[in-house]
Amino acid sequence: MEFWKDPINTIFASLLKSFTSGGMSEVLATILIWLIGILLFVTFAMVLDIFLVWIERKVVARFQDRLGPNRIGPFGIFQPFADIVKLLIKEDITPVGADVILFNLAPIFSMMSVLLLWAIMPFAPLMVGVDLNVGMLYLVAAGSIGTLSVIMAGWASNNKYATMGAFRTVAQMISYEIPMVAAILVITVLAGSMGAVGIVEAQEIPFIFYAPLTFIIFLISAIAELGRSPFDLNEAESEIVAGFHTEYTGMKFGLFYAGELLHSFTFGGFIALLFFGGHRFFGLEELGPIVGALIFIGKALFFYWVIMWVKYTVPRIRIDHMLAFNWKFLTPLAFILLMVTALVGRLFLESNWLVPALFLSNILIAWLTVEYLKSHARKEREKEEALKPSAQMTQH
Amino acid sequence: MIPISWYLILAAALFSIGLFGVLARKNAVAILLGVELMLNAVNINLVTFWRYNAPETVTGQVFAIIVFAVAAAEVAVGLALIISIYRNRNTIVADDLDMMKW
Amino acid sequence: MQITQILFLIFAAIILGSAFKVVTTKKMIHAAFWLIVTLFGVAALYAMLNAGFMAMVQIVVYVGAIAILFIFAIMLTRKELLDSAAPLNKNWTVAALFALLSFSGLFTLLNNWRGFANTAPELSADMDTITELGTALVTPNAYLLPFEVASVLLLAALIGAVYVANEAKSE
Repeated sequence: MEFWKDPINTIFASLLKSFTSGGMSEVLATILIWLIGILLFVTFAMVLDIFLVWIERKVVARFQDRLGPNRIGPFGIFQPFADIVKLLIKEDITPVGADVILFNLAPIFSMMSVLLLWAIMPFAPLMVGVDLNVGMLYLVAAGSIGTLSVIMAGWASNNKYATMGAFRTVAQMISYEIPMVAAILVITVLAGSMGAVGIVEAQEIPFIFYAPLTFIIFLISAIAELGRSPFDLNEAESEIVAGFHTEYTGMKFGLFYAGELLHSFTFGGFIALLFFGGHRFFGLEELGPIVGALIFIGKALFFYWVIMWVKYTVPRIRIDHMLAFNWKFLTPLAFILLMVTALVGRLFLESNWLVPALFLSNILIAWLTVEYLKSHARKEREKEEALKPSAQMTQH
Repeated sequence: MIPISWYLILAAALFSIGLFGVLARKNAVAILLGVELMLNAVNINLVTFWRYNAPETVTGQVFAIIVFAVAAAEVAVGLALIISIYRNRNTIVADDLDMMKW
Repeated sequence: MQITQILFLIFAAIILGSAFKVVTTKKMIHAAFWLIVTLFGVAALYAMLNAGFMAMVQIVVYVGAIAILFIFAIMLTRKELLDSAAPLNKNWTVAALFALLSFSGLFTLLNNWRGFANTAPELSADMDTITELGTALVTPNAYLLPFEVASVLLLAALIGAVYVANEAKSE
């Protein structure tokens, strides 16, 4: 029963007892158990990553009206293991003129930026690596390590395409960090806390009802941060080969690829945490932390699927369009939302009308934005048509 | 417990290394790197004094945050100037940039 | 030796070693990456000083923005010549002397201060530094004005940097 209520601490206590009974000092035993815990946690993430490869391939096949891997094991579930064997036995090439140390460090940093995020993922009330009071800032900080790995890989490859791909990706990641931070700020204002556990606790009503537009902004900027389609300019094959990881082979490429998939899943988890109440699901989480963790993983998988859905539905955007979309549309909208949320939240503080007021103000902003975009597009079109009437004539 | 002296000596050493970088490096970008080291040393001092002398107020941390903002502004303007100079003069060796106008 | 002391010494060695590499490495891009190592070390020190917020801001602002800017600038102004020539100018001995002087001067000054061997006071468990910091930054009697001035400074720097680095305007 004890275990069902608080699994992590129960395991910790029993391990500590058995370790210290052998004459080990308590400090050493604690550090050792922590290390074992970290190792197990990371192993869990990596094993999950293997199955994410399979899920990704299956789902993309369904979106494209194919069957996907179906030969190895039931439903092709052992396909990723075959992939891993293939990646491991490939030749490990370091290009001539590459900066060897940076070249080999970059994939590790890429993976690290993802695994660092797992430290603050609150699977259930008592199942969280560490409850940092600056959790959301930590999320942004880990993202900047990802940026670092991209520029390392691009520069160290000694390849013009890789460098250009890295420039593009870094420009994209830095730009889209700003609306993402603004969206996180909206959530911080609503929850009154920056810690992941505090944000989950504040969601008696999931924050999606407080801030639906913020959710959309966060989703878009998260996809851009991940570098997935429609923002996968770093791997526009016709322009810059495969972007910053052009020169990587074998398992080093595998680390980038696995990092991207795990990053998508992790951001699915963060969307679930920020907007959909984390492990909460109509009181089902009362059954115990393990059920809560399963609910959380289920929600994370669902938003991972949403990210894939966007990826395989929307075509790639041109780079100037992408940057203009961020700076001229997404960032101002995010800041307007932040101000409106703060203002409305202040006016309706402690009142029952807080949720409807915030929801309505979001709808109002969305409607105004759409109207503004419509009139803007009409003006642009009229300008274009006024410029070249002859082209119009020939078309008709 | 770590005495305050350890932090202060570390910050002093970091500041001196940064000063050496500013005075001795040829490349203008490297000079800015040295300035960053010096600003970091100052920030270590500010946070250390906050922790050891006045943890009940937040003054030290506010000062450090202002230093962050100043560092960001300094780097943005400094690097923009260096890139502009590189475009016009095709060099960023600080010793070669000795003309007042051209 | 306590664990915290050993940790401090490790971080101090990382910071000073990488800072030394920053000012002496030939390849500029390596100097920038060594700077990133230094910045991570300093962030770890902030975490040891119970300033978690500062540690995170250090990584977000310095590693995520300033270091990336440096790397971009180094790539944009790269010349093979600069990477192979001597990284230090001919007066580097004088510079080293100045650096040593400044260190010994600071050390003497600090050594004469009577609080030099102070240890940190205990933090009360219920203290929430982040809330206090946030309140202090927007309270008119506290630091609202410096905060606003800092934001105006950032805006001015942003506009200035765009204007200076914009090639089309330099005619």
